[in-house]
Amino acid sequence: MKSLETHHISIQDSPPSEPAKNDPGAPESPHATAPAQRELGTQMMTPPPESSERVEGRLPDGHLLENRYRILGVRGVGGMSTVYKAQDLRFSKVTRLCVVKEMLNTATDPQVRAMIKRNFEREANILATLNHPGIVQVFDFFSEGDRSYLVLEFVDGKDLEAVLAETDGFLSETQVVHWAIQVCEVLSYLHSHEPRPIVFRDIKPSNIMLDKHNRIRLVDFGIARIFQSGEKGTMIGTEGYSPPEQYRGSAEPRVDIYALGATMHHLLSKQDPRLEPPFSFQERPIHKTNPTVSRELTEIINRALEYDINKRFGSAEEMHRALTNLRSVRGVGGTTSFGTSAFVSGEVMALWRFRCEDEIRSSPAVNNGIVYIGAYDHNLYAISAEDGKFLWKYATEGGIGSSPCIYQGRVFFGSSDRLLYGLNAETGRISWTCPTQGSVWSSPRAAFDHVFFGSDDQNLYAANVHSGRVAWKFATDGRVRSSPAIGGDAIYVGCEAGVVYAVDTSGQSLWRFRARRGIISSPAITEEMVYVGCLDSYVHGLDIRSGWSVWRYRTGGAVVSSPTISDNLVFVGSADGYIYALDAESGRLVWRYATEGQVTSNPATFDGAVYFGSVDRMVYSLDAQTGNLRWRFQTEGPVTSSPTVMNGVLYIGSDDRYLYALPA
Amino acid sequence: MRSHCLLKEEIMQLLRNLLGLETLSPSAPPTPSSTPASPVQPRFKVGWITDVGSVRRHNEDTALVVTAAQDGDDSMPAFGIFILADGMGGHQAGEIASSLAARVAAHHIVHNFYLPTLVSQEHGADQPSMNDVLVDAVQAANQAVADRVPGGGTTLTCALLLGPRTYIAHVGDSRAYVAIHDKLDQITQDHSLVDRLVELGQLTRDEAAVHPQKNVLYRAVGQSGVLEVDTYVRTIPLGGRLLLCSDGLWTMVSESEIVDTVTNSSSLQAACESLIAAAKRSGGHDNITAILVEPPLG
Repeated sequence: MKSLETHHISIQDSPPSEPAKNDPGAPESPHATAPAQRELGTQMMTPPPESSERVEGRLPDGHLLENRYRILGVRGVGGMSTVYKAQDLRFSKVTRLCVVKEMLNTATDPQVRAMIKRNFEREANILATLNHPGIVQVFDFFSEGDRSYLVLEFVDGKDLEAVLAETDGFLSETQVVHWAIQVCEVLSYLHSHEPRPIVFRDIKPSNIMLDKHNRIRLVDFGIARIFQSGEKGTMIGTEGYSPPEQYRGSAEPRVDIYALGATMHHLLSKQDPRLEPPFSFQERPIHKTNPTVSRELTEIINRALEYDINKRFGSAEEMHRALTNLRSVRGVGGTTSFGTSAFVSGEVMALWRFRCEDEIRSSPAVNNGIVYIGAYDHNLYAISAEDGKFLWKYATEGGIGSSPCIYQGRVFFGSSDRLLYGLNAETGRISWTCPTQGSVWSSPRAAFDHVFFGSDDQNLYAANVHSGRVAWKFATDGRVRSSPAIGGDAIYVGCEAGVVYAVDTSGQSLWRFRARRGIISSPAITEEMVYVGCLDSYVHGLDIRSGWSVWRYRTGGAVVSSPTISDNLVFVGSADGYIYALDAESGRLVWRYATEGQVTSNPATFDGAVYFGSVDRMVYSLDAQTGNLRWRFQTEGPVTSSPTVMNGVLYIGSDDRYLYALPA
Repeated sequence: MRSHCLLKEEIMQLLRNLLGLETLSPSAPPTPSSTPASPVQPRFKVGWITDVGSVRRHNEDTALVVTAAQDGDDSMPAFGIFILADGMGGHQAGEIASSLAARVAAHHIVHNFYLPTLVSQEHGADQPSMNDVLVDAVQAANQAVADRVPGGGTTLTCALLLGPRTYIAHVGDSRAYVAIHDKLDQITQDHSLVDRLVELGQLTRDEAAVHPQKNVLYRAVGQSGVLEVDTYVRTIPLGGRLLLCSDGLWTMVSESEIVDTVTNSSSLQAACESLIAAAKRSGGHDNITAILVEPPLG
């Protein structure tokens, strides 16, 4: 039989009350041979059912137990038990309140019934001897017929789950640390219990009461599990706070360290672990939802939450020491926040820089040791990749915003003088020009002996690379500033009227996708998908065969930046100042990183890093998997140019007129 | 107004012509479809069965299949919805939850994707994305189960195929695989506690298979609150087959036996029958469901 079972308290090394239920390797209990019944792991779905049978079986108000405890009302109902508020009549002069926990022995076999009762009495005896201000006191226990009772101290207060629910915003770090320190003190007491340590096994916000003096009390020593019948549908305990090894049957003190870490994570991040995939704390760092939490505390919680038990704090005392040593606790203040600056790991020096006469907004191309870059000063420059020495330049009649491409010994680029140029890549001597009716801001791409590019005259062109003769032109609905992507036997391009086109190599339309606003971003393609940004702030993932929208992701600003794909991630910038990493298959956000200006630069990836520029004048290098900052480099103008990485060197232009070479 | 009515009528006519809507649910006897094998027609080959197994008294699994195809020079690709749901919860809540979830999801996909696509001129941002359609379909199923089947829940694996292009939305521990030659690639990830433990290296696959909590899911349809839905996109390669199955199959039959059966049977229906028989030979502890699809060429 499968049921969610968490032993709320267990005496280490003591014989289990039910045969080897948590040990997958052990012989199965009689119930376990029954067909498996599927159950949902969290209690979210089915709150403890208040079956009519149970309601009938409940003790009425005024009922007297043991001629001493008068029932005043129901306080709560659990899977195995009912908790009542009661009055202890032994103290006749005052109203002394207590809590009575009632458990029903439903076993039908007389021997099992007797065993359950014995186990109850054994554990109740141990609980009654515990004496710590952080533990709810057990006063008394007894059995009447098929019911067993535990009489507990009445705590006037509320549990941390309720406190959390009532809190707008986040609980203060200092507050949570103070509670955690108190829990550590209780755990130290329990774990050093003689003759055997007591493991609480169910630390979670709802088991931590807060009394009127802001002192914590651990409640619910889950003795009720002894009465668990194991019949289908029964489900107690909570997923979310227990460590992995608890599912292997381990019950040692470090189980409680993990659960305390999980509780603190929940209290600070406000993310309920019962609603998240199990054991996903490491994937959900607290500072992602609550950036005010200090790094020092985060490190302590992360250590408590290690999946490997040997990497956790060795004892509650050790965790207690770490918590009391926190600067925020010692009142020193000045905790390190997770601001951008905390992660800057080193400054980068430029290898060289080369000055053009005007802004550089296009992206460099590198081939055979030569860097090619077009500038608004009308020139295309050829520069030595090694040392930034000027080799030659070619002057056009207009500003150059088109990025060059190199193919079969020629360099191709467009100019606002309405021409596409083909030059000898080595000498810079002109081979041919291809005239259009509008400025050529689109960057050419070459394949199949043809160069493909767009023009402000609303056409996509295919020109022969040897002669420059136009093989075909494809009429679109708007100016084509997007650069074509070539894959398989099709060309993909967007236009400012907001349409993405797939065109075959003979210039025939395969499909079109209409976005809500203009498209300047250039498509990026894989075997299956076309990715493109749009001025309506969306990034679109389209099926490459049909043009159907597979997913879309909304950023906070226009997406002029062109996506780059690497390791199943789509990297793209937005005018909202963020660079985004999206899952290429689902379009889900993996991470995003905030810069201080618009990101119109197209990101480039190399060796586990992603590089891009921002209007905040910076060139950034981030870890591609995590989005953590590796380094950033400041130029003297907005960086709308896109990086090119070759042989470990990053080349990028800036509106400060310089072309930079940086160590990637 | 008038043209709108005409359009609606045309759609209904098209639907009558094109749609083969069939459901296998626990209440109805299995009447598997047999698709005529013709390599030139753009149709799916499909085999499917749901079986109560050898031990249980109720079948809480539901399989639902919708296929449509058009022939001609300017055709849209063959369209198919293949849904598998494995219900949970006592007092027949499991059966009801899985059936309701499958039907609500199918309705959502047909209504929001297939019908508009039949008459749309071009693709655009004013239409929902495939992922949105599928995720919304699962969310609609989630809402329906939460509202109408208290105490019930279900896994839900929805595959939408356009020719070989396969879009999947998934919650729970039913599985989608691609079988090609002698390989079985698992597409979906189980939302089960033991799967997470295996991922963390805390359990081996073998230990997970006999773990007392092997049936505990951390995500299922019918939960109140926010449901996270996984999505996948695949292209079934030439000669490959898509297999959807409930845990009654994959916990009972080894991957090598599954792939062997899938690739060496005389027909997809015969393959499904062999898979169910194999699961029963191993005990048939749970309900067993298999849906096998081979997309048309291109």
